Amino acid sequence: MRNPFRSEADAFRFVWLTIGYFALIFLGSLINVWVGVAVLVVVTAVALRWLLRRGAQEAPVKQTPAASPPGEYRILVVANETVGGPELLSEIREHSRGQAARVLVVIPALNSPLRHWVSDEDEARAAAQARLDESLASMRQAGLDAAGEIGDGDPTLAIEDAVRTFQPDELIISTHPAGRSNWLERGVVEKARERFDLPVTHVIVDLADQT
Amino acid sequence: MSAHAEPHEHHGPPPIHYSSRVSPSVLGMFLFIASEIMLFGAFFTVYFFDRVVNKPFGGHWPPEGFHRPVFVALINTLILVTSSATMHWADTSIKKGNRAGLQAGLVLTLCLGFTFLFTQVIEYHRLGFATKDTSFASTFFGLTGLHGAHVFVGLMILLVMTVRAFRGHFSPEHHHGVEIGGIYWHFVDVMWIVVYVTVYLL
Repeated sequence: MRNPFRSEADAFRFVWLTIGYFALIFLGSLINVWVGVAVLVVVTAVALRWLLRRGAQEAPVKQTPAASPPGEYRILVVANETVGGPELLSEIREHSRGQAARVLVVIPALNSPLRHWVSDEDEARAAAQARLDESLASMRQAGLDAAGEIGDGDPTLAIEDAVRTFQPDELIISTHPAGRSNWLERGVVEKARERFDLPVTHVIVDLADQT
Repeated sequence: MSAHAEPHEHHGPPPIHYSSRVSPSVLGMFLFIASEIMLFGAFFTVYFFDRVVNKPFGGHWPPEGFHRPVFVALINTLILVTSSATMHWADTSIKKGNRAGLQAGLVLTLCLGFTFLFTQVIEYHRLGFATKDTSFASTFFGLTGLHGAHVFVGLMILLVMTVRAFRGHFSPEHHHGVEIGGIYWHFVDVMWIVVYVTVYLL
């Protein structure tokens, strides 16, 4: 839902909506108290539905990260279980070839909704940390200048946070193949393309083929 | 090239977490509005509890012998809605680089706001009842007084904005002070509409 007090113009519009809202309720109550109550319920439901639908249809604001320092190319890599896949490693090497590249690996601390709401994220962070350490070791062997951090449990939010702090030149998202990837079902790659003014590369890592 | 991992002594939530879907200024406004809703909500709860659940005057609201100044409050409502329009005019003007419009809009808003508050004070004196006279009077003064306090705060903000406007502050690129003050003023207007309908009309 969009904040009705986001700007002065929005707040001014909200004043008129409030006048209309209460005018309808008052007119209903002039007929009968219960008509007034019915108008209150109906108008409130319509207003909420309109606000929620308007918020859902609103395209996200495209974010352009600040430029990275001159002479340095920054690659943001977001992955979870597929972070150790050879396809991802070769893609990173391909993209960083011939330039002084810095790589930041972000692994979202994926958690169950219940654990998320009760702030029980120790296990999720520990699992993400283990994967991060392993992938950084692989990158070290491959000669890459890489650092890493654990991100928010929501991959889109984790990307957004890292985009602001790391200011990458491009983004690589690694997922399982379609049908087995929760991130693809949730449209993480599409959202990233929609939201960030960055080249986004989607790497599919099929771990089943590697076992 | 070298590889390195960040130190990981930190335990618990990530040390850097911007929750960046909401910018700090918008988040601040959300928190402010939430706190205001709770404050006004507490007063409205008392009002409706007394009126609907307690029914202290045998279902008569207001009790016999008490008169709500509906017409004067309607005039005050029109004054406050007009002041929202002049505030919007001031904000629109500075966005277009029209300084005279900004100054005129702010002065008009200030005058209308003072008129609202002055009229309310005069009306308080003419009501013929005080806060100690029944729960109706207490809730009436509580809600309208709480709103009046918000108008007073809004007028102080407007006064500062007006002085700044006449001293050459604000420009089409930098007018955050007008924007935030305007949002507050419209919020005060919205709350008055709620108070007017529930306390005076229903």
